[in-house]
Amino acid sequence: MEWETVIGLEIHAQLNTASKIFSGAATAYGAEPNRQACAVDLGLPGVLPVLNEAVVRKAVMLGLALEAQIAPRSVFARKNYFYPDLPKGYQISQFELPIVARGHLEIELDDGSRKRIGVTRAHLEEDAGKSLHEGFGTMTGIDLNRAGTPLVEIVSEPELGSAREAVAYMKKLHALVRYLDICDGNMQEGSFRCDANVSVRPAGESSFGIRTEIKNLNSFRFVERAINFEVERQIELIESGGTVVQETRLFDPDRDETRPMRSKEEANDYRYFPDPDLLPVAIHTEDIEAIRAEMPELPDAKRERFVRDYALSPYDAGALTATRDLADYYEALVAACGAPKLAANWMMGDFTAALNRSELEVGDSPVAPAALAQLLARIQDATISGKIAKEVFDAMWAGEGDADAIIAARGLKQITDTGAIDRIIDDVIAANPVQLEQYRAGKDKLLGFFVGQVMKKTQGKANPAQVNERLRARLRGD
Amino acid sequence: MSLTSDEVRRIAHLARLAVDDREAEGFAAALSDIFDFVEALNNADIEGVAPMAHPLDAEQRLRPDRVTESDQRERFQDIAPAVEGGVYLVPRVIE
Amino acid sequence: MTLDTLSGWARRLQAGEISSRELTELYLDRIDRLDPGINSFVTVTREQALAAADAADQRLAQGERAPLLGLPVAQKDIFCTHGVRTSCGSRMLDSFVAPYDATVVERMNAAGAVMLGKTNMDEFAMGSSNETSYYGPVRNPWDPERVPGGSSGGSAAAVAARLVPAATGTDTGGSIRQPAAFCGVTGLKPTYGRVSRYGMIAFASSLDQGGPMAASAEDCALMLNAMAGFDPRDSTSLERPDEDFTAGLDRDLKGLRIGLPREYFGDGLHADVRRAVQDALAVLRERGAEPVEISLPNSNLSVPAYYVVAPAECSSNLARYDGVRFGHRCNDPRDLMDLYTRSRAEGFGAEVKRRIMIGTYVLSAGYYDAYYLKAQKVRQLIAEDFRRAFERVDVIAGPTTPELPFRLGEKSADPISMYLSDVYTIAANLAGLPGLSMPAGTIGSLPVGLQLIGNYFEEGRLLNVAHQFQQETGWHQRMPATFA
Repeated sequence: MEWETVIGLEIHAQLNTASKIFSGAATAYGAEPNRQACAVDLGLPGVLPVLNEAVVRKAVMLGLALEAQIAPRSVFARKNYFYPDLPKGYQISQFELPIVARGHLEIELDDGSRKRIGVTRAHLEEDAGKSLHEGFGTMTGIDLNRAGTPLVEIVSEPELGSAREAVAYMKKLHALVRYLDICDGNMQEGSFRCDANVSVRPAGESSFGIRTEIKNLNSFRFVERAINFEVERQIELIESGGTVVQETRLFDPDRDETRPMRSKEEANDYRYFPDPDLLPVAIHTEDIEAIRAEMPELPDAKRERFVRDYALSPYDAGALTATRDLADYYEALVAACGAPKLAANWMMGDFTAALNRSELEVGDSPVAPAALAQLLARIQDATISGKIAKEVFDAMWAGEGDADAIIAARGLKQITDTGAIDRIIDDVIAANPVQLEQYRAGKDKLLGFFVGQVMKKTQGKANPAQVNERLRARLRGD
Repeated sequence: MSLTSDEVRRIAHLARLAVDDREAEGFAAALSDIFDFVEALNNADIEGVAPMAHPLDAEQRLRPDRVTESDQRERFQDIAPAVEGGVYLVPRVIE
Repeated sequence: MTLDTLSGWARRLQAGEISSRELTELYLDRIDRLDPGINSFVTVTREQALAAADAADQRLAQGERAPLLGLPVAQKDIFCTHGVRTSCGSRMLDSFVAPYDATVVERMNAAGAVMLGKTNMDEFAMGSSNETSYYGPVRNPWDPERVPGGSSGGSAAAVAARLVPAATGTDTGGSIRQPAAFCGVTGLKPTYGRVSRYGMIAFASSLDQGGPMAASAEDCALMLNAMAGFDPRDSTSLERPDEDFTAGLDRDLKGLRIGLPREYFGDGLHADVRRAVQDALAVLRERGAEPVEISLPNSNLSVPAYYVVAPAECSSNLARYDGVRFGHRCNDPRDLMDLYTRSRAEGFGAEVKRRIMIGTYVLSAGYYDAYYLKAQKVRQLIAEDFRRAFERVDVIAGPTTPELPFRLGEKSADPISMYLSDVYTIAANLAGLPGLSMPAGTIGSLPVGLQLIGNYFEEGRLLNVAHQFQQETGWHQRMPATFA
């Protein structure tokens, strides 16, 4: 039987604010346990929440970027359940009236076509703390530093048809939140994580199969592997006469499988009700317009502009707008060197390779756009060849100085003196009489041999075009 | 309306309150009385009435995004029943 | 030395007729001597009080004139006090020494008040008789066999017995006004949002409001000046300029339209209470007020609506007491579930558990609409009743309670009859309106309270009416003979 996969994602993105959603405690990652948990985060008796302005602004930005509806009035509700990492016995979240509803995101499929994925809603909530299971004997340790960190939960429609699509959607959203500078996107630290709702149904069937929810996937690779495993598992289960049980599962990357989550076995009754400690959040049209005015250019618009303004292929433009830092670097580079195509080739080639080799982000590059622009200018004005430029770039990356200094120090300036080149050519011809004869007898391919010999003698510093031209003439015997 | 002891146990479990059989019966009787009493709400004409969650018709005030709280872990953990190395301890949780 | 009122003491302190230390010692001695009979304090902070009094005396000597400078007060044990146990009347918080001050405490300290201690209360403010306290019941100073009312019964009894000139209270369904009536003192529940709830341990967040309890309206105004004000730490705090609540006390009552709700004088009202209230209304009439008969047609729904809304909020507010970060934790928990269920079962008393159970039930799947949502809609109807009434009248007046203080244990077996003791006070909480109770007469030795309900932000008006009444009558000056 042909099976069809149906996936919906719930993505939790931590908003990159300085302080927590309802308290003035810091959100910085990596502090000693409970040093960033204030009275409000700990849920001590009598304390009260007050909403962080930046959280609202960032959520509205996300809503605008998703072309969604921004609720003029949204309401915080309490989701009641007991768990040691949830200090108040309830999580402040949004239920009936989320701040953002009904948006969409367009993803690109493997065949190059585009697909619009509906975003059901995005709501604000506070993160929980962390349970530490190692090192406390028969006990579990509770660290509440993360409690109260602002989260936006972005819920997609069940419109993703494969693990690949799910990953494409997640990557697109990841790039978007970083563009908007509302989330640092750090998946290892849990700043951007995902729950996947997965079900299968016979192809062409319109009703949904029974779904399972895979919790806490914190890498693109895990999302893909977990969904693929889960789809296989469900299909095999149904084909062997079983039925899928609606449950919460965890992905085990070591075994590459999902398994039921024990702590979530019992059915929950969250008893949502409006939080009486918080009033409705009002967002007025003028607030929205003010936020819209400070929005950065979004990835899709930037990509179109790169194609238009810099005459890049859609593929190149897509690669260069993959992250805001990369795009910003590119634009700074083009502004400084004036050669969009050359700049694009360098960034997608040597620059990206160097970043990958050094495991650095664009923002941490040791070569700034202005420095790279100087190097590209030396290619354009024929001071050095493209090949020599690679050597210079590696030296720049290693911190040996700027392009001009390295070219001077290593004596890499191209030889453009015709007389000097001619003398070297003559030496080469004189030293290879056999090849000269063969060439003159019609073995044109030997031109390359002579070019190679000349370049070798000049240590690559001769201008290749000039060498070609002069060699042809001399070989003909002009 | 009359609540059974089983319903009382379900609610007590949701509320994380230990109840023994005698207490469950007591709660069943008391809660049944109270729910009978609040049945009076069914006589109200609430057609088209908006629910009132807050006494005041105001909107949420927003706090500037500034860190105002300093580390007070020692002070807060002085009143904690079980801590070790700065973390709160609970019986082992299985995920 | 004869006992004075808070305002009287303020004048005498400033005139240098007495020092804050002398005054503080006077009241601490009264507490030592007389409180064992009524159990109105759970904690007496003698050392801190004397230190604060000495500091106040220095400030007075330097000519400082902070509003409560050097005046002894007590805090209901629901307000967090830094370094002092804050028990909320519960075993759950028997060992809880608050690591911070409530905003109210902070403000009163800043105004120079000298805290003598923390007053007894119904556990987590849930009760109308002060019998649910982990620290034992408070007794009514007018008759120790009777209850002082609740939940601010400790504050009411302490003020009535003149163990302290003024105290704070909190009022979720009548918890300032009903004990004020039962103990013959003046108590004010301000407009919701007037007094910060930060550091005031929550019972039902959308109803809770702190307020003053004292011997007179003038004293309450002085207290409220210090207690009220915008607090950025409470999202429901009103952003309004500070007011001087003593400023309008002397206005006359000519032309004041007093609404008398038909529903507050119905069948449930004890005949003696009705007579005392009518006599009090006659005094106001003599001073120029005009009675207007009004109707609050949904009054009979206020107690049922309250017993859905308040428990719902409380069931969630009290979820934080889980034995993990503070408060009572059971011995040797087997597992996490055992830690939770046993710590909570041991830490909470019967009435608190009952309300947590009600609240959990009405919010649970399948019942939300039938109970919680419906109660919120009825709450709207009740608020609308008041909105309409205040188009016609300036204040509303009636009895605070339907009957006289009852005997200890009298209603313990019947929660609903206990709940009905707040039948006239609850509506103001549901609507968020200010309400005041003041002594309006006596039946035998027992005091009767007159309740005034004002429109939003009209605390000044209520205090003015009460003050004018107290200029004419001496009920508020009476004190139980055994405590003289």
